[in-house]
Amino acid sequence: MSNVTDATTGAGEPMPGDNGTRTAKTENGPVMAADGRPLKQTLRRTLRREKMRALLLIAPLLIFVVVTFIVPILSMLFRSVENDIVQNTMPETVQALRAWDEQGTEPPGDEVFVPLYFDLFKASEAKEHTKLGSRLNYEQPGLSSMFRGTGRDLDDMGEEFQDVFEEIDPAFETAAFWHELLSGAGGEALLKERRDLYEALTGEEMRGDVGFTPSTEMAEMLPWTTKAYTDFAIWTAIEEEDVVAEEEPWEAVYAALGQDLRSPDTVAAIEAYSGPWSTTLKAAAENRDQLPQDSFREMFVASDKDWGSLEAWRTISLYSPPVTAGYFLNSVDLTKTVDGIAARPETQQIYLTLFQRTLIMSLIITGSCILLGYPVAWLLANLPLRTANVLMILVLLPFWTSLLVRTSAWKVLLQQQGIINEILVWLGFVDDANRLILMNNATGTVIAMTHILLPFMILPLYSVMKTVPPSYLRAAKSLGATNWTAFWRVYFPQSVPGIGAGSILVFILSIGYYITPEIVGGTSGVFISNRIAYHISSSLNWGLAAALGSILLIVVLALYWCYDRIVGIDNVKLGG
Amino acid sequence: MAEIATNDAFVEFERVQKSYDGEQLVVKDLNLNMPKGEFLTMLGPSGSGKTTCLMMLAGFETATHGEIRLDGKPINNIPPHKRGIGMVFQNYALFPHMTVAENLAFPLEVRKIGKSDREQKVMRALDMVQMGDFGGRRPAQLSGGQQQRIALARALVFEPELVLMDEPLGALDKQLREHMQFEITNLAHELGITVVYVTHDQTEALTMSDRVAVFDDGRIQQLAAPDELYESPQNSFVAQFIGENNTLGGTVKEIKDGFALVEVDGGGLIDCKAVNVEKPGDRTLISIRPERVETNMDRLNADAHTLDAEVLEFIYMGDVFRTRLRVAGRDDFIIKTRNSADQTRLKPGTKVNIGWQPEDCRALDAV
Repeated sequence: MSNVTDATTGAGEPMPGDNGTRTAKTENGPVMAADGRPLKQTLRRTLRREKMRALLLIAPLLIFVVVTFIVPILSMLFRSVENDIVQNTMPETVQALRAWDEQGTEPPGDEVFVPLYFDLFKASEAKEHTKLGSRLNYEQPGLSSMFRGTGRDLDDMGEEFQDVFEEIDPAFETAAFWHELLSGAGGEALLKERRDLYEALTGEEMRGDVGFTPSTEMAEMLPWTTKAYTDFAIWTAIEEEDVVAEEEPWEAVYAALGQDLRSPDTVAAIEAYSGPWSTTLKAAAENRDQLPQDSFREMFVASDKDWGSLEAWRTISLYSPPVTAGYFLNSVDLTKTVDGIAARPETQQIYLTLFQRTLIMSLIITGSCILLGYPVAWLLANLPLRTANVLMILVLLPFWTSLLVRTSAWKVLLQQQGIINEILVWLGFVDDANRLILMNNATGTVIAMTHILLPFMILPLYSVMKTVPPSYLRAAKSLGATNWTAFWRVYFPQSVPGIGAGSILVFILSIGYYITPEIVGGTSGVFISNRIAYHISSSLNWGLAAALGSILLIVVLALYWCYDRIVGIDNVKLGG
Repeated sequence: MAEIATNDAFVEFERVQKSYDGEQLVVKDLNLNMPKGEFLTMLGPSGSGKTTCLMMLAGFETATHGEIRLDGKPINNIPPHKRGIGMVFQNYALFPHMTVAENLAFPLEVRKIGKSDREQKVMRALDMVQMGDFGGRRPAQLSGGQQQRIALARALVFEPELVLMDEPLGALDKQLREHMQFEITNLAHELGITVVYVTHDQTEALTMSDRVAVFDDGRIQQLAAPDELYESPQNSFVAQFIGENNTLGGTVKEIKDGFALVEVDGGGLIDCKAVNVEKPGDRTLISIRPERVETNMDRLNADAHTLDAEVLEFIYMGDVFRTRLRVAGRDDFIIKTRNSADQTRLKPGTKVNIGWQPEDCRALDAV
């Protein structure tokens, strides 16, 4: 008691001796701890330490789960809508395309093809243009070869300009001409902008000294040339680690100068120009008639006629935004068109069928696991311990062998010349000419997967049944119930939590199963996960794989929610 | 056992044997007749075969040999659900997924009794055990005693003539157990049902039953009314199992008029009632209840034999005194005396003579 008084006094109570006042205060205000702080605060502080300790204990697991589970799932969800590759690979083309009317009947003209040329040239130097081709090929087959083929012709297109320029004045051949002409002051902003575009394109950092700063004057007079040379300079200095001032520029730089000279403003500006190399420039301007007169569009169409097709440009335009629902639409057999969302051509519709098949077959597998597993679990729970242990080993035996081995064993059993068919023929149940087709179809998948997932049904069932005392059955029988009634009315309801737990396990495992359907499923017995695996490892369409995976995740969560609603998740027991 | 004629018997065991493994008999040659309306308790240590007998009667175990008859009809081959026997289990076995009312309605439902009739019977059964308000509860929401009542009501609701109870009060605390003992006996007598009750608690057996069958080693050692069992045990197992008892080993000297003179192993002669000794020279165990031992020689016949004893310990227990003596070389001889004004309190170390009325001491078989 004296302790309490002392502590309270120390905390600045005005009337140390007066018990009555203090009690009254405590009753009105918050309850105080012995040191005069509010009790709640003290309690929270005490608990915080305990919580921190608990958190430390689970920290390794938490970090593990976050790193290996949550982060990959989030990245999958993100990847399923991510589409910045178009914008990153051809930023200026995408910008120019915004002005184009995709509902119209004409493919875009040079206002798009000129930036396209320079974007693609840069991308092909960085070897990124084929990736874009593959990405767009998912949406429209044929675009991949269009990008790859044209990528090879880009140098030739520029060379046509280069040859003419070098004929006009050999100075165009020298690295010094370009470097001295375009170097200057005030172009830091432009340099940074081009650097950022590179970083977006390659996904790498483009730091370091370029050894070149574009001049503002030239950027105004020769905009395309300056941009193209800046790109060249950044690439040469940072990626190839050469000295810019000593390197002859890309063909694209000549093409850019050719493009600049097509503008009368530029020609006029050159005539008024009196800086270094003005004679060379003026000579080029005067002889501009000798330069190739074809538009860039014509050059592209000559390289691949698909560049002139409206459909290709519509696809590029539709998939130019950085975020797309295209993968998800694709996952449910839909596609984006200029007129909105439409169904895919019937020959390309596979995913809905696959989802449906995955769900139905998983249900069938779960059902057959219940039918086969229930009696086994019952035996396990009711046999004498020694016999039950032997039986348990038989149940667990499959776990000790490789999944691949087990599935391959089914292949041996199920094939038309396999053991099962041979026995059936030998017994005379099946005609030799009409052997059962048990494999490379849905039947094969169901048989093999039921076998593989059976332990996941038996174990929870067993652990729940183990807790149901045999006296319940006896009680029911003594009350007049037949064996069946006693089982159905008394035993079965108590084993339902085990069925629930087993079903969830088996169903969720089978919905994402991949190896077994791949081996024994043929074409009519494969699951959606096989398609996901295909897109991950063969077609490399990770966006679509991610979208399919996300849909699968959503379906499973939705089913889980339904299950919780109908059966109740607290009705699920894995034991005791 | 033979007093009850076979044709009156409601439950009959005839030469029943039971073996689980084919090597050992758990029940050896069991014969038992029960009239209708009797409350019979099977009492015995664990492993004595009493529960096996109950399970054979209920139909959950089959007799290896012999015949069990219910109301004159052999029931060996009748499955349990057709026997119409009510049963209360040790852990109550109330179905956890059904409410109390559903539990009670279950035996009526499987007998296809109509809904209104069913509800009426359930209500009546619940009222009978004073649990009328608990019909909607789940078993898990009830206390042990309440569950016990429900289990009882469920076993009675379909009006069986025979009810089996397998240690039904084992899980209850002492006070509740005593209360339930009283209620169960009352209910059984009110309803006129025949009850076979299994327990290992001798107080329970003595207070509740009309007759008690003491089981040991797969046999009924003695089947008798509680008082007879206590006062006149037939053999030394029963004598030791029921109540507190002093036993001394000895040899029969002579037998005369149903009384035997026994020479106790540690020295001394004493008179006993000859129960299962036949001739002089037989080994015997004599058995005397602690409260029948006399230390006051004035109360005995003049020619009565006595034994020398030394007081080892005196324990004051309130209503009685308990004194431990050394008699005939044994240190565990107990006498109990009532705490009355004239009673002397024996001091440890005193030498006394003890004796008893010959008819209070029984010369039984030597184990």
